[in-house]
Amino acid sequence: MDAVYTIWLRSMKRYVRSKSRMLGSLGMPLFFLIILGGGLNSMVDTGMGTSYMGFIIPGIVAMSVLFTSMFSGIQIIWDKQFGFLKETLVAPISRLEIMVGQTLGGATTSVIQGLLTLIIALLVGSGLNITPLGFLIAVGFMTLMGVAFTALGIAFASKMDDMHGFQLIMNFVIFPIFGLSGAMFPLASLPAWARTLSYLDPMTYAVQGIRYGLLGASEINPLTCLTILLAFTLATMLLGQYLFKKTKI
Amino acid sequence: MAIVDIRNLSKDFGGLKAVDGVSFTVEEGEIFGFLGPNGAGKTTTLSMLSTLLEPTSGEATVNGFDIVRQKDAVRKSIGIVFQDQSLDEELTAYENMDFHGRLYRVPPDTRKARIPELLRLVELEERKDDIVKTFSGGMRRRLEIARGLLHEPKVLFLDEPTLGLDPQTRNKIWEYVKNLNQTKNMTIILTTHYMDEADRLSNRVAIIDAGKIIAIDTPQKLKESIGGDIVTFKTSDNKAVLELAKGRPWFKSSKEDNSHVVLNVADAETNVADLVSLACGAGIAVQSISIHQPTLEDVFLHYTGKTIRTQEADPKDRMRRMRQMHGRR
Repeated sequence: MDAVYTIWLRSMKRYVRSKSRMLGSLGMPLFFLIILGGGLNSMVDTGMGTSYMGFIIPGIVAMSVLFTSMFSGIQIIWDKQFGFLKETLVAPISRLEIMVGQTLGGATTSVIQGLLTLIIALLVGSGLNITPLGFLIAVGFMTLMGVAFTALGIAFASKMDDMHGFQLIMNFVIFPIFGLSGAMFPLASLPAWARTLSYLDPMTYAVQGIRYGLLGASEINPLTCLTILLAFTLATMLLGQYLFKKTKI
Repeated sequence: MAIVDIRNLSKDFGGLKAVDGVSFTVEEGEIFGFLGPNGAGKTTTLSMLSTLLEPTSGEATVNGFDIVRQKDAVRKSIGIVFQDQSLDEELTAYENMDFHGRLYRVPPDTRKARIPELLRLVELEERKDDIVKTFSGGMRRRLEIARGLLHEPKVLFLDEPTLGLDPQTRNKIWEYVKNLNQTKNMTIILTTHYMDEADRLSNRVAIIDAGKIIAIDTPQKLKESIGGDIVTFKTSDNKAVLELAKGRPWFKSSKEDNSHVVLNVADAETNVADLVSLACGAGIAVQSISIHQPTLEDVFLHYTGKTIRTQEADPKDRMRRMRQMHGRR
């Protein structure tokens, strides 16, 4: 457990120290919130009794978590390139401990980043009425999502030697996951074929879960969301651990 | 008891034998130099001994622990300073040390006492709270060495610890290393490109080429094993002079190195005159000639037929190094 904590602690120190990165990654969610939320607020009927602005806040929070956690996982490539990974690999600790520590670190930063986004969104003005229980539910879903996608990022990073493949992951993994997740639109408004794709996207269930927490309503039963997200988290953890164990430096 | 015991260790990389049946032992408290050109298998051997790579065949123990079956015990017994930097640049010097101490389960009290002490040893005490990104190459190296010592390893591996450092820093680092070896009886296994350093520091030296150990002994004995002195000359017709010299009783062996010929000659100070008169008699102009006692550099040339210098100037290697540096940014 010491080793897991140590690696988690390092992630936290790096995160707290990189204020520019912290602020920088709040830019995109804020942009989405103001441009899309502000621009479409009066034109879109969400069919859920909330304004469009209120509707996309959980989606944008989830987006923050997605981006931050995937990046945290992929950061292992930097450790590989800067040689720091060797220092951890040669220490008398198991790779499982390294992987778990890294995953928890990424999950923590992404939840913090998600909460910062939420605070900003509430300040921008949404008229959301969040109950304490609803808030905890949302944080729970954010945490699961953070763990799952950091682990997925580690899985990708374990197969990559440098940052060249990063653009590929950005365009063919992160954006599709975000786009299909229903973060920005109700699933009901999609044509049937696209909805099927959305149901295959694990982030859909995280968005729905967070939405249930923050708005009190969702299109998919929150327990279904929880079950599927738990299964997905377990699967990415296993995959990340498996690939990280085999990674060479 | 030998603290490092290597028996017939091999490593294949897809058909390429990087390390080919290497066997040797290192005694406790020894400073052991590991010399060889780039790609000879030095780093691969160190990687296997430090459990980062598994051998294809053969066995080795470090501090009595098997490098495949008792990885954790081996890792606790060793400290390692890698050829490439392995610090977290975004953390401070102290935090890098602290991280290491925690990973090696050094108790908090010991950590708190030993980190400042080690930072003082490498003269980084005043910079302990500065981010490593602001450190020079020499400072980083010193920090890495201090870090490698934090858990008081039985064996310290230093893989080219002074590569690319200025002579002053290099001397300082070796001073620390020697001091540690003497005060803590720590076994040190080092690889270096600088032959004079290996000569000065090591109790014993192994020369490895193409994955095989070709000579292993004390620097003194290795130098004696060449026999005689070293005469390096350049003439208008090197080949002809070499043919003439081969007939002489003082001739022992020869190597051609670019534009020069390197001869092993018995009692060179007396016999060099004979060499010059041979050349003059044949009407060949002697452009330069020098005599010196054999160094490890000559031993290296003698056994591998290559000089370390030509190795360093290998263009492919330089390119790789440059690419690595670009990759860092």
